[in-house]
Amino acid sequence: MKLTELHIGKVARVVQVNDSPFKEKLQEMGCVSGVLIKPIMKAPFGDPIAYELEEYTLSMRKNEAETIEIQPFDPLLNL
Amino acid sequence: MLAGNPNCGKSSVFNQLTGLKQKITNVPGTTIENKVGKLKLQNTTIELIDTPGTYSFNPKSLDEKEAVRVFFEDPAPDVILYIADAANLKRNLFYFSQLAQHKIPMVLVLNMLDIADFKGVEINTDRLEKELGIRVFKINARTGMGVEDVKKALIENQFVPHYEFGTELDHTHESHFSSINKLLNKTTVVKTKRELVSGKIDKIATHPILGYLLFITVLFLIFQSVFMLAEYPMNWIESGFSILSEYLSNVLPDGWIKKLFINGIIAGISGVVVFVPQIAILFFFMTLLEDTGYMARVSFIMDKMLRGLGLSGKSVVPLLSGAACAIPAIMSTRNIENWKDRLITIMVTPLMSCSARLPVYTLLISLAVPSKMILGFMNLQALILLAMYFLGTIAALAAALVFKWIIKHDLPSYFIMELPIYHTPRWKNIGITCWQKSLSFVTEAGKVILIVSMILWFLASYGPTKQNTFAVQETQNLETSYAGHFGKVIEPVIKPIGFNWKIGIALITSFAAREVFVGTMSTIYSVGDEENFDQIRVKMHNDTLSNGKPVYSLAVVLSLMIFYAFAMQCVSTLAVVYKETQSWKWPTIQFIYMTVLAYVSSLIVYTIFQ
Repeated sequence: MKLTELHIGKVARVVQVNDSPFKEKLQEMGCVSGVLIKPIMKAPFGDPIAYELEEYTLSMRKNEAETIEIQPFDPLLNL
Repeated sequence: MLAGNPNCGKSSVFNQLTGLKQKITNVPGTTIENKVGKLKLQNTTIELIDTPGTYSFNPKSLDEKEAVRVFFEDPAPDVILYIADAANLKRNLFYFSQLAQHKIPMVLVLNMLDIADFKGVEINTDRLEKELGIRVFKINARTGMGVEDVKKALIENQFVPHYEFGTELDHTHESHFSSINKLLNKTTVVKTKRELVSGKIDKIATHPILGYLLFITVLFLIFQSVFMLAEYPMNWIESGFSILSEYLSNVLPDGWIKKLFINGIIAGISGVVVFVPQIAILFFFMTLLEDTGYMARVSFIMDKMLRGLGLSGKSVVPLLSGAACAIPAIMSTRNIENWKDRLITIMVTPLMSCSARLPVYTLLISLAVPSKMILGFMNLQALILLAMYFLGTIAALAAALVFKWIIKHDLPSYFIMELPIYHTPRWKNIGITCWQKSLSFVTEAGKVILIVSMILWFLASYGPTKQNTFAVQETQNLETSYAGHFGKVIEPVIKPIGFNWKIGIALITSFAAREVFVGTMSTIYSVGDEENFDQIRVKMHNDTLSNGKPVYSLAVVLSLMIFYAFAMQCVSTLAVVYKETQSWKWPTIQFIYMTVLAYVSSLIVYTIFQ
């Protein structure tokens, strides 16, 4: 599932960052497989979006977020 | 050498360690700047180099490239002081993990512990020291707590980290983060997570309506303050220079050197220095907003709109700074990674109404606009002034759009940006940054304006003799000087926009800097006291054409204001654009497009109001 499909407040785990011009920048900002991510707010017009990335808040545009594959996090199932 | 992510408090630490004993040096031929400071400890002098914050060794923006370049330059630093945000250790350690590969002694400094504490993060520094094999210090850069211990670490106990990040064959992001995770699992514990006040403020700051209202209110407050607060120091500076002028006038022997000094050099320097209060105050506010973290939210809410214009959310800071002065504004575009976004920002920033245009507007508005009250509380003159600011802004945005269509470029535009937690301001840092930016304005603009002022003084004081155009004689009035002749020469070109040769002279002298217009007008109309607006205004008001109508009709004044709003009349800005883009192409294009825009707009305005 793409990061852009994740609703505000819902936690997910990053599965992979697809190849794109943004990949490296995203990764060095901590967006790597296994990390937990949660959308917390959107700018007016819905773009860019601010995500909580385990420790801090990272904002990015929709087209950047689209390159990130995630899996919704269910604490009960410990995925 | 200090290294670390952006927003980790690295500059605070640098300031704590070096105080004001820091210098910004420029590598000639480039835009690269280093902040170097000195620290004396137990008979040793330590040289500290501060680098711009960067997230990794693959730098994307100019700022980041500089950080990495300093690292690779000979000689290698003796020790790297790595400053990390303790509340964000995982991401902060990524760059650390890359630096650790280079076998240079390092010291880890954990900053912002109060936030880490609030978040429930507990760090076992002893364990961390053992695992990494280097000294680890906890500090609070704002209060200075722990900084003394760090100072000691600069001359003793320096080790190369022995923790293995990644493996021999695998140094990908994933493997480094995996190593970092393992390290943090052994050394930190996260207890409870409390929601930070930041989130609550952001609900307003990023709200679709309140967010923009807040932004506009903040802008309004800033501009009000700038105008009100700057007036006093500006008057002091002007008086100071008058006194200096008089003193020199009495002390120097009569002759051309005296005139060069007083009318050329002093006049030139005072023209630059008088703006420092406005610029400093505006930069103070901008730095304040950046330091508290609010600017990041502004970029966040403005990004989508600006993107449509070929700019980026990150262009907000340079554009706003341009309302003070384009020079430091253009220099601050270095954090925009995408070349095209950065270039467009540089190209359009000078259209923002800078401080230098203010005296011109003020004089012209008082000439043509009556001081009436609209709706009982708004002054018409002030409204027109505000309108000029809007005009500049709209022109900048429109120009950006045009450039977006013209310039073809394929590199990706990034917005990926950290939203730091809101901080209370770190006043010392703000003060130091504000000082440095103001200083950069004075030195950059000052150099160029000084030279051009001297040249213009010569052109205005000397002219060809009646018999021989190549002989030089001193002139008694502006009309017979070289400048006067140039004014007459260009008169046919500027007539369609309503300007006569006197204004033509002012246009030529304004080439150095816009505010020179006022001084030139006072010279043309032989007003004794240079900066006495009222006297200048009265003389201009009374200047009539042969048919008895006033020279400075509404049409002419509007045309003149529009011209000054759009024309590129700042040699210093062109010089900075050249430096920042490393080519003559862009400042040339900038000069041409702005002058054409100014001329055409003036033409339209003049024709309409005629």
